[in-house]
Amino acid sequence: MITLTHVTKCYTEGIPALNDINIDIEEGEFVFIVGNSGSGKSTFLKLLTKELEPSSGQIIVNGTNLKKLRQRRVPLYRRNIGMVYQDFRLLKDRNVYENVAFAQRVIERSPRQIKKEVPLMLSMVGLAAKYRSNPKQLSGGEQQRVAIARALINKPKILLADEPTGNLDPSNAWDIMNLLDSINARGTTVVVVTHNMEIVKAMNKRVITLKKGVMVSDELPGESNA
Amino acid sequence: MRVMHKISTYIYTLKQGIINIGKNKMFSLASVATMSACIFLFGVFYSIVANFTNTVKGAEEKVAITVFFDEDMEEDAIKAIGEQIKKRPEVSKIVFVSAKEAWESYKEIYFEGNEELSAGFEDDNPLANSANYQIYLSDVSMQKTLVKYIEGMDGVRQVNKSDVVANTLSDFNKLLGYISAAIIIILLLVAVFLISNTIMVGINVRRDEIAIMKLIGATDFFVREPFIIEGILIGLMGSLIPLGILYFMYGNIVGYIVEHFVFLNNIMKFLPSHTVFKTLTPTALILGVGIGYLGSRITIKKHLKV
Ligand SMILES: Nc1ncnc2c1ncn2[C@@H]1O[C@H](COP(=O)(O)OP(=O)(O)OP(=O)(O)O)[C@@H](O)[C@H]1O
Ligand SMILES: [Mg+2]
Repeated sequence: MITLTHVTKCYTEGIPALNDINIDIEEGEFVFIVGNSGSGKSTFLKLLTKELEPSSGQIIVNGTNLKKLRQRRVPLYRRNIGMVYQDFRLLKDRNVYENVAFAQRVIERSPRQIKKEVPLMLSMVGLAAKYRSNPKQLSGGEQQRVAIARALINKPKILLADEPTGNLDPSNAWDIMNLLDSINARGTTVVVVTHNMEIVKAMNKRVITLKKGVMVSDELPGESNA
Repeated sequence: MRVMHKISTYIYTLKQGIINIGKNKMFSLASVATMSACIFLFGVFYSIVANFTNTVKGAEEKVAITVFFDEDMEEDAIKAIGEQIKKRPEVSKIVFVSAKEAWESYKEIYFEGNEELSAGFEDDNPLANSANYQIYLSDVSMQKTLVKYIEGMDGVRQVNKSDVVANTLSDFNKLLGYISAAIIIILLLVAVFLISNTIMVGINVRRDEIAIMKLIGATDFFVREPFIIEGILIGLMGSLIPLGILYFMYGNIVGYIVEHFVFLNNIMKFLPSHTVFKTLTPTALILGVGIGYLGSRITIKKHLKV
């Protein structure tokens, strides 16, 4: 599903933020990416969404070689990837319903389908009652649920999350992680960047550890001996 | 590449454009006001120029020059003079009026109702030497030149020119045209600048949102279109408002002049509103919408890297 071969990314010449990374993530996997601040985790995700270009190496996502992907087709490519961020990145000028519906308007779903699918998705993330609220009126956990609903509404094959629980209290963090887990159980490939080692240990998934841009370990479920 | 979109998408982007204007009220209002002022001035100048042009044309349709010949001229000689005058490019029409015809029309005017009084002159036409050519001009501004030319011809006794007003009007009309063109160009530049600023503010306020939209997979069209719509709507409002005001004013002002300045009404030939607005309305709309579209297009290209 996601294959990186000898990928290096330097923001400044000679100082790699990611150094010779080789990763292979299968369809349907749930993977944690962990590492200290500045180890290159966000850089890794941005390469996958083609917000950044690698300095060298090859990235293939869902059969698409990102180097060969023309800039004009990047929007279409991104529609197959759901993105969730620590700071939620909701559109502040519209309500919960419109935030989720926006992802569908972008792909030109018919208004009738939008009216059917958005409420379904909102009830799946437990926000059916708050569809008219503005993001500002929601708690962090609720905002993150909206973001997840938006990321999933178009049924992407891949969900990428950059510290999705970073701004949440432990109970909300667990709720969100469990939500991501259930999404993965339905077949979506999920990649989660996190600092929350407690959750990582408890969930028993594949864990890739980065350190100063280098991949220092890649532990499959059950292998962890930390 | 041109991509067709669903109708629902156009409706959505239209809504977003309207919302943009609502969120950016102060700047939008300023843009609409400036645009309105431009189009209004344009309309005023257009109306004036159109009326002067109409008056000049009316004058051109009237007899501009009458040519009388030396006494007892042969018919052939008169014909030769006519042929020569006809060759001049500024002459649109030339009509021969014989002495008899001249007398007939004179009679009609001066002995109207007392035709028997004129009977005494019948055998001895008092206007025996008043056979003439009536020359109609295609370009009144050439009147002076033509008169000079004809006066220099053999066999011509006298040349009467009828209207000097037309000439002056024609010059004035040209001057007015230049002035209005200059003013309008300056104002339009100001309007483009203001619309461009309005759109720029809108883009800057929504930088984060635009970035998010693009991460979700919004195409350039989706991100840009609302801003284009915003520009077009500003242009549309900025032309409809002054058109409404102009329409209301035009009828009233012409009516007032006709009533209170009789001498002006004698010189001028005023156009009815529907004639003026048949051209002015589409021109103003195209101008307004065009500027709105252009202003937003330029800005997006410069400030919205998508
Ligand atoms: N736009 C940029 N320009 C220059 N350097 C950058 C840029 N973005 C990140 N870096 C550098 O690249 C390295 C990796 O950054 P990255 O954001 O990927 O780290 P991270 O693992 O996500 O950290 P955190 O856990 O704090 O989010 C850091 O040293 C950072 O300073
Ligand atoms: Mg990061």
